[in-house]
Amino acid sequence: MPNMSLKKTPMPEQDPKVRARNFQEVSLGYTAEQAIEEANRCLKCKNPKCVTGCPVNIRIPDFIAKVQEGDFKAAYEIISSTNALPALSGRVCPQESQCECHCVRGIKGEPVAIGRLERFCADWYRENINAMPEKVENNGTKVAVVGSGPAGLTAASDLAKKGYAVTMFEALHTAGGVLVYGIPEFRLPKAIVANEVKKLEALGVEVMTNMVIGRVLTIDELFDMGYKAVFVGSGAGLPMFMNIPGEALKGVMSANEYLTRTNLMKAYDPAADTPVIQSKAVAVVGGGNVAMDAARCAMRLGAEHVYIVYRRGEAEMPARLEEVHHAKEEGIELKTLCNPVEILGDENGRVRGMKCVRMELGEPDASGRRRPVEIPGSEFILDVDTVVMSLGTSPNPLIRSTTPGLDTNRKGCLIVDENEMTTREGVFAGGDAVTGAATVILAMGAGKKAADAIHAFLNK
Amino acid sequence: MYKIVRKKDLNAAVTLMEIEAPFIAKKAHAGQFIIFRIDEQGERVPLTIAGYDREKGTVTIIFQKVGFSTIALGNLNEGDYIRDFVGPLGKPTHTEGIKHVCVVGGGVGCAIALPSAAAFKEAGAEVDVIVGFRSKDIVILEDEFRAVADNMYLMTDDGSYGEHGFVTVKLQQLLEQGKKYDAVLAIGPIPMMKFVCKTTEPFGVKTMVSLNPIMIDGTGMCGGCRVTVGGETKFACVDGPEFDGHQVDFAELMSRNGTYCQREKEVTETHACRMETMGKALIP
Repeated sequence: MPNMSLKKTPMPEQDPKVRARNFQEVSLGYTAEQAIEEANRCLKCKNPKCVTGCPVNIRIPDFIAKVQEGDFKAAYEIISSTNALPALSGRVCPQESQCECHCVRGIKGEPVAIGRLERFCADWYRENINAMPEKVENNGTKVAVVGSGPAGLTAASDLAKKGYAVTMFEALHTAGGVLVYGIPEFRLPKAIVANEVKKLEALGVEVMTNMVIGRVLTIDELFDMGYKAVFVGSGAGLPMFMNIPGEALKGVMSANEYLTRTNLMKAYDPAADTPVIQSKAVAVVGGGNVAMDAARCAMRLGAEHVYIVYRRGEAEMPARLEEVHHAKEEGIELKTLCNPVEILGDENGRVRGMKCVRMELGEPDASGRRRPVEIPGSEFILDVDTVVMSLGTSPNPLIRSTTPGLDTNRKGCLIVDENEMTTREGVFAGGDAVTGAATVILAMGAGKKAADAIHAFLNK
Repeated sequence: MYKIVRKKDLNAAVTLMEIEAPFIAKKAHAGQFIIFRIDEQGERVPLTIAGYDREKGTVTIIFQKVGFSTIALGNLNEGDYIRDFVGPLGKPTHTEGIKHVCVVGGGVGCAIALPSAAAFKEAGAEVDVIVGFRSKDIVILEDEFRAVADNMYLMTDDGSYGEHGFVTVKLQQLLEQGKKYDAVLAIGPIPMMKFVCKTTEPFGVKTMVSLNPIMIDGTGMCGGCRVTVGGETKFACVDGPEFDGHQVDFAELMSRNGTYCQREKEVTETHACRMETMGKALIP
C-alpha cells in the first residue's frame, strides 16, 4: 500500500537556535524507517516524469523501489551507476526545480522527497559499506581535467571509469572547488567531499593540487605533455563589487573571501591560523544561495545581527526557498526592496554603517522580473560593521587569456558546441566556466556529458 | 609537500630558503609570487619570488620573520617540508622596451628587487640600483646587486654603511643630475614606495611599484587584495603585483593591510606553542 500522505516525511534538523551558533550539519538525514516511509509515497509511475528533470539521468523510480524493499545497497548502486556524487547532489541539488517538480504526487500535495532519499542512500552506503571503487586499468590515453569542483569531479570519475588515464588539476590546496571553498560545512560536510575525492583516487585518477592552470602550465603545454584531451571545469570564481563609495573600507569583503576564509581556511575553528573579521552586525548584499550561505556563516561566527540586503522583494530572490527559510529560522533579518548606496567608515577606515535607499518594484525588465526603482528621499543608515558583497561571480580569465583560440562570450564564459567542445579542438568545458554561476547539478550534468563527448572524440 | 633544500639566515630577521618546486621553477619570472602554507591549519601567505633555478627545479624565497606564519616558517630547517607551495602567480616584471632603469629596493624588499634588476640586465637594459637599509647590520644581497648593477648605490638610514640617507635622497640627486630613466621600479615598505613615487613624479619618470596586499587564493577569486589604481579597482594577484605607482592609492592600501593587525598579534601569542611544532609532522 503506498503511503498517501500529502506531505513529505519530515527530515530531522538541528534546532534553529542551536545550529545558528555551530557549524555542524543543519539537516540530519532520514533514518532507515523514515526513508522507507517516504519511499512508499512513490507511485512507481509507468512513465516516470521525475527522470526527465534530472541532469544526470538517475533512474529514480528504480532506486526508490529498492529503498521500499529496504535494499539500500542496491538503491545506492542504481544511483551511482549514473551519478558520481550522490552524497553531494542529495544535499545541494535544487530538487524542487529538477526531478521533484515533475512528480505526480506534487499535483496534489508535496512531491516525493527524491533528494532526501538520494542523500539517505548515499549516507547509508558511506556509513555502512563505503567500499572504494576498484582501480580501472587505464588504456594509456591521458586526459587532463582542469578544476576539481562538481564538473571536474564528475568528468574525472566518468573518464576514469571509461579507462582513461586522468589527471585532475586543482589551483587551491584542497580538491573540491566550490564544494570546499564556497558551500559551508553546515550544508555540505567537507569530510563527504574528501571521501568523494578519495574514491576518485581509488579509481586511478591522479589529483594534483596547487596547480594553477594558465600560470604553471598552459592548456597547450598539457597537450605537449601528452594529454590527448582537456576538460576545463574552472568554474566562475571572479567576484563582483558594486562600485559604490566605501567599498575599500576594512570590513567590506566579497562573499568569496568571507566564505573562503570561513570554509576552506576554517577560520571558525580556533585552531586554524587564518583570521576572519569578528563582527557585531553584518550586511550581506544579494539574494542568491551564496548570500544565504554568507549570512548563515556570519551568524555562526557570532554576529548579533545579520541582514540580507536585496534590492527586489523576497519573492524575487534567486535563492532556494529552503535556504531562505533556514536563514530566517536562524534569525537572519531580510531587508528587501533596499539597495546600498554608500558604505560609511570611521576614523580608522573601518565600516561603521551602510547607507541604503528603499526601492519599489516597477515594470518588468528584460529578465521578466519587475525592475526595482529607488524611492527618492528614502535613504537610511543600516548599523553594521561588516559588509559582504554577494552580487554574483564570473569566470576567471586566467585560462582564456593564456590559451590562443579559446573563444568566450561577452561575459567571459567559454563557448562550447553541442558536444561541450570549445573552439579549440580537443578542449572541452562545462559547468560555471561555460554557463556563468549556476548550480552544482548542472555542472555535474555538463561534466558527465563532456566525458561522453571526450570518449567519442578520442575514438573517432 | 615541498622540501626545503637550503636555508640561510641573511640577517637576524631575514631568512632565505630554497624550495623544491620543479613546476614553478620552470615557469617563474621576476616579479611573480608564490603562496605557501606550512601545514593543515596554516594560512596561505604570499611571497614574491626571490629567485629560481630551472635546472635544479627550485624556487628561492626571502622573507622577514614578522608575523605568525613567517616566524613559523623560519623555524623550519633544511630537509623539512611545507604542505603547500603554489605559483607562479601574478604578472612578471615588465622589462620590454626599457633601456635605462633604476631599481630601488628597501629592506627585505631588496630580495624581490634583485631578480627584477637581473631581468632588466638580461633584457639588455642599463641598470642603476639604489638599495636602502636601516643600518649596516641588516644589509643583505650586496654582492648579488653589485653583480647585476651598472651603478650601485647603497644607503643606510643611520649612515653606518654606504651613504647616509634614505633611498629617495639618492634618487632625487640622480634625477637632478640629469639621469634619464625609462622607468623606476620601487620595491619595499609602503611608505618608501610612496615617497619614491613622490620623488619621480615631478620628473615625469614612469614608476612601477610591487604591492603586497592581504590575499587568500592568489588567483583572482577572493578580491581581498583589491587596490585602487587610477581610480579603478584592481586585483593585485592577477592584475599585478606591479602597478604604476603614480596611480596607486597608498593610503588605502596601508589601511587595508591593517585589517587583521590586532588579530595577528593575538594569534602570534595564543598559537606560540604551535609555532614550534608547525611543519614538523610533515617529515616523512
